[in-house]
Amino acid sequence: MKFLIALHINPAVLDALTDKEKAALGAGHGRFIEGLKASGELITTQALADPSQAAVVSVRNGQPAVTDGPFLEAKEYLGGFYLIDCESKERAIELAAQIPDAAIDGLGVEVRPVMFADGLLEA
Amino acid sequence: MTAPGVEDLLRGLTPQVLGVLVRRHGQFEGCEDAVQEAVLAAAVQWPAEGVPDNPRGWLVTVASRRLIDQIRSDHARRERESATAFETGPEEVPGTDDTLVLLFLCCHPTLTPASATALTLRAVGGLTTAEIARAFLVPEATMAARISRAKQRIKAAGSSFSLPAGPEREERLGIVLHVLYLIFNEGYTASSGGELDRVDLAREAIRLTRLVHAQLPADGEVAGLLALMLLTHARREARSTAAGDLVPLDEQDRARWDRALIDEGTGLAKASLAGPALGPYQLQAAIAATHADAATAAATDWRQVHALYLILERIAPNPMVTLNRAIALAETEGPRAGLALLSTLDGDERMAGHHRLLSVRAHLLEQAGDPAGAYELYRRAAKSTASLAEQRYLESRASRVRPG
Repeated sequence: MKFLIALHINPAVLDALTDKEKAALGAGHGRFIEGLKASGELITTQALADPSQAAVVSVRNGQPAVTDGPFLEAKEYLGGFYLIDCESKERAIELAAQIPDAAIDGLGVEVRPVMFADGLLEA
Repeated sequence: MTAPGVEDLLRGLTPQVLGVLVRRHGQFEGCEDAVQEAVLAAAVQWPAEGVPDNPRGWLVTVASRRLIDQIRSDHARRERESATAFETGPEEVPGTDDTLVLLFLCCHPTLTPASATALTLRAVGGLTTAEIARAFLVPEATMAARISRAKQRIKAAGSSFSLPAGPEREERLGIVLHVLYLIFNEGYTASSGGELDRVDLAREAIRLTRLVHAQLPADGEVAGLLALMLLTHARREARSTAAGDLVPLDEQDRARWDRALIDEGTGLAKASLAGPALGPYQLQAAIAATHADAATAAATDWRQVHALYLILERIAPNPMVTLNRAIALAETEGPRAGLALLSTLDGDERMAGHHRLLSVRAHLLEQAGDPAGAYELYRRAAKSTASLAEQRYLESRASRVRPG
């Protein structure tokens, strides 16, 4: 079963971490990725650039309009994700609990089942 | 792409060649890699240069060479000297069939079902890692890691290359059948369209189950599983529209069911029921055979279906079985009786919010003349499923009963 583990991050919370805590966070993700690769459960993982780099595109009357910045002005935004293939929802939740963000107040780790997929297989 | 003839030949030979190598050299892990490499080499060479006179011998020779190269390079890395002890001639080993031994090994209890499934398809099914990865819609590297981890686990468990005996054999056969069932199900539920290059896992599961049945013809559950697969596979053409929409059993065009598969499956199911013990696969096959026996949905012998589910519920209690029995009960005693049985599942954690419970209840409410209640539950069921086809189906049912 495929799941997307979405990492909702809050820049204020991340900024408040000490250098040591930031290093531990990075190392924790590194270990998590290695573990997923070795078990054959990782499909892909991506981290996203700052929301200030986002562009929201809309088309009205056939004319595209572009606004800089994120779609939603919020404290938290999507910072990245893990796309995994594992045995069950229970296993996906068990894996999500290994992500260091899950142990930090203000950061959200959200597990969602995938319903449709295409185009990622020759990666 | 390999020519189909060569592909079938290679898939059939893979477990035989692997068996020869493991018997000769031990170390399942290295042998399995070597056989995979030999199969890949054959898939390239044979269609271009012709199939050798003795394809099995060719594969044994090439795989042995790969294994020796691999042992030498490991050895050289470790000790910086060459190994000579592993030189062997391409002698033929008398025709022993190690398919079953290999299946038992690949379905080792220390493996997760997903790992056992992948390893079985490679080591026994003769599929390449790339084919298995495509079939499960994951990248090849993911599947390669899964297979390699599975082999490490088997090695760590210190298994011997022989059939387990006594109660362990029964337990292991149970896992083998479950893994074959999972492979079939994966093929059965796979979405259609846009995946022309995918291996047909349902067909592959049937082929492997036939191999087990050929080795264990007296085992009722093996026959039952094969019958269940054949009877389910027989409905394949009728169970979805050209656009990919699901067609429920009672609305399927039964003329499109595959008669040959039904006859074979029904024969197997009936013969297996005559055996000494009844197992869950035999009962599910008997239920599928009862449906197959009805010329129209209205002619279904629901009393028999209900009786079979009742036995199944007793020997293998499971909320999904109770759910299915509720459908049969509603057909014989009316929707209210079915709903009453469903309410016994309300406290079951395994079924809380499950889309099947919601959709069956919606269906029975619809039959009982409560379109508003049915509408609510169809909508909730549609939100609860992770299958796109099922969601579309449930939404269409909801629209049909939408109040005013």
